[in-house]
Amino acid sequence: MDIALNISSALCLFLGSFLCLSGGVGIIRFPDFYTRMHAAGVTDTLAASMILIGLMLQNPDAIVILKLVMILLMTLFISPTTSHAMAKAAMNSGLQPLLDKKENKDGVESS
Amino acid sequence: MRHTISLSLALAAFWLLNSGYYTPLILGLGLVSIIIVVYIVHRMDVVDHESQPLGLSGKILFYYVWLGKEIILANIDVVKKIWLGKDAISPVLTTINISQKTDMGKVIYANSITLTPGTVTVNLVADQIIVHALMGENIQLLEAGEMDRRVSRLENSC
Repeated sequence: MDIALNISSALCLFLGSFLCLSGGVGIIRFPDFYTRMHAAGVTDTLAASMILIGLMLQNPDAIVILKLVMILLMTLFISPTTSHAMAKAAMNSGLQPLLDKKENKDGVESS
Repeated sequence: MRHTISLSLALAAFWLLNSGYYTPLILGLGLVSIIIVVYIVHRMDVVDHESQPLGLSGKILFYYVWLGKEIILANIDVVKKIWLGKDAISPVLTTINISQKTDMGKVIYANSITLTPGTVTVNLVADQIIVHALMGENIQLLEAGEMDRRVSRLENSC
């Protein structure tokens, strides 16, 4: 039982770390502010969840698990709010997003 | 009154979870803090159906499960795009109509869009939202409107 818990915990932590790394790579690789924000979204959601779930499996204590669940819920409420605030601030200060030419033309035609 | 009780209970649960000590002194301090917070919140006049959406509490769990699945799928997609590099992406900025009537519904929908990697809500005006997406497909998925329908159903049920 302990071994199973440890292995699944390790798997979750490994996956979470990989997703965090991917988010970081995305922030460097993507071309402009708005696309980079999407990469940060990976770190905010699934990576954070995976690491917290991994930590929950490490510790069978109910109060620790509930605290971690609380942290997870708060992350999931706070991160979209901050993302939106950043995007809106960038848009209001006139930063134009880098758009794909073909896709954008389609968007204009359909609207 | 209902909202005050639910706020007090939520605060009590929050205190008990965070402290983990059940001695009379600590519990007494917790009680005093809760009373002070409830008093301040009353003075600020923010205890209402908006800060305490009681009707939502039960139904929203099912929505969370569905949203969780969507978030996992979107994450896999975005991670793939990250490792493929910037040639794989085609960012789009569009306006989408939303069907929610209440502020609560609009906020849930806009936040769900932002929470899903690959789409970010940039602005919300009346019943239209401006969304920035990493891929055109993400927008098509939003325009198909499954998330919109689910949030509307959630909104109507409370």
